[in-house]
Amino acid sequence: MDVSISINGEQVSRDVEPRQLLVHFIRETAGLTGTHWGCDTSNCGACVVLMDGAPVKSCTILAAMCVGHEIRTVESLEVDGRLDPVQQGFHERHALQCGFCTPGMMMTARALLDENPNPTEEEIRIAISGSICRCTGYKNIVSAVRWAAEHDAAARQEV
Amino acid sequence: MQTPAPFEYERATSVDGAIASLERLGPEARVIAGGHSLLPMMKLRLANPEHLIDINDLTELSYIREEDGEIAIGALTRHVELLTSELLAERLPAFREAEQVIADPVVRNRGTIGGSLCQADAAEDLSAVCTALKATAVIRGANGERRVALGDFHVGPYMTAVGDGELLTEVRIPLRAGAGSAHEKVERRAGDWAIAAASAAVWVDGGRIADAGIALAAVGLTTVHVTRAEELLRGSAPSDDLFAQAGQIASEDCAPSADGRGPVDYKRHLAGVLTTRALRRAAARALQQEA
Repeated sequence: MDVSISINGEQVSRDVEPRQLLVHFIRETAGLTGTHWGCDTSNCGACVVLMDGAPVKSCTILAAMCVGHEIRTVESLEVDGRLDPVQQGFHERHALQCGFCTPGMMMTARALLDENPNPTEEEIRIAISGSICRCTGYKNIVSAVRWAAEHDAAARQEV
Repeated sequence: MQTPAPFEYERATSVDGAIASLERLGPEARVIAGGHSLLPMMKLRLANPEHLIDINDLTELSYIREEDGEIAIGALTRHVELLTSELLAERLPAFREAEQVIADPVVRNRGTIGGSLCQADAAEDLSAVCTALKATAVIRGANGERRVALGDFHVGPYMTAVGDGELLTEVRIPLRAGAGSAHEKVERRAGDWAIAAASAAVWVDGGRIADAGIALAAVGLTTVHVTRAEELLRGSAPSDDLFAQAGQIASEDCAPSADGRGPVDYKRHLAGVLTTRALRRAAARALQQEA
């Protein structure tokens, strides 16, 4: 079936099987391999992307179900060479080791900050509870999200 | 790579259209909403529908409202909406308590109440909540609507009263005076299925328990409706001793099986303790509301 999805503001169209999952449409059809394909069982959160602004697990959504919706992937965070405060925060606070969970963590964090610009540590921990870091680097991830919260407003003003 | 077996996909544009498709396609068709139960089962070939009917565009099935002395919840209402609803938190607090421990926030952005109930997984929390609250399922087919009490909705593991050519459209929960409810769950880690969970509802009148609802998750082949404990409570004055007795009945009347989440004795013990705790909190809320 013809599937046409808006990914990071660009329309991506392809004839795919109805059973194709969003994560594979993003990685293979759109060629955006920043989104990671992890557990395939909606447990790990490596594949989290934003659907109309809300974080969702792209391994458990059919590409066909996304027609008419706006998808945002980790590639959309950096604009014209400027890192999103979430990305900068992960850099500043050393919030990744192997990096596999990072795209899902960052998209989940971006959605959290869009809704709640000044989250507490507990709110951050609840928000990322659907993402698993097998390096168990949660402390620095939480710290990075706080860093991003503190620098988000400044980044917006500069733009 | 885990990918479902091939199927035909169609997107419903109206409730009547979805029902017409379900009727035309018969038992090989399945409704997909959030998909977070169905797609994993399809990947594992535990479910192999030949047709999927996507109802995500049927926003007329997404609402939480008070009407005619009941709370009406549309089948497409997502977990995140149940969690954040102030109306539910105020009138039926068991919902928010359950939603805080159902899966994780990202999954809750997709999963729906209709999907949760229709999946008919014995470990699923909302089935216990809705059974304890004596909810009614509204099921629509080509010949109109029918209503089924939640206690009769789950007819077996992964089996519901919803027939071929029918769609669960709404869940209705009666609002009665002096009501309190609560949900208790123990899980191995954040976002996991319950080792055991208990939902309780208590309605008090003149300081006595006029009616009670108790249902358990993850300790039987289906949601366990603990009617014997409900009978014990009816007409009695609320007390810790009474709730401990009700917990004892719950631990006797459930039928857990041993698995990676724990042995049978442990799960029975948990079912009893969680029932007692949920009843205590539900009763405290009910008495407060009556006062």
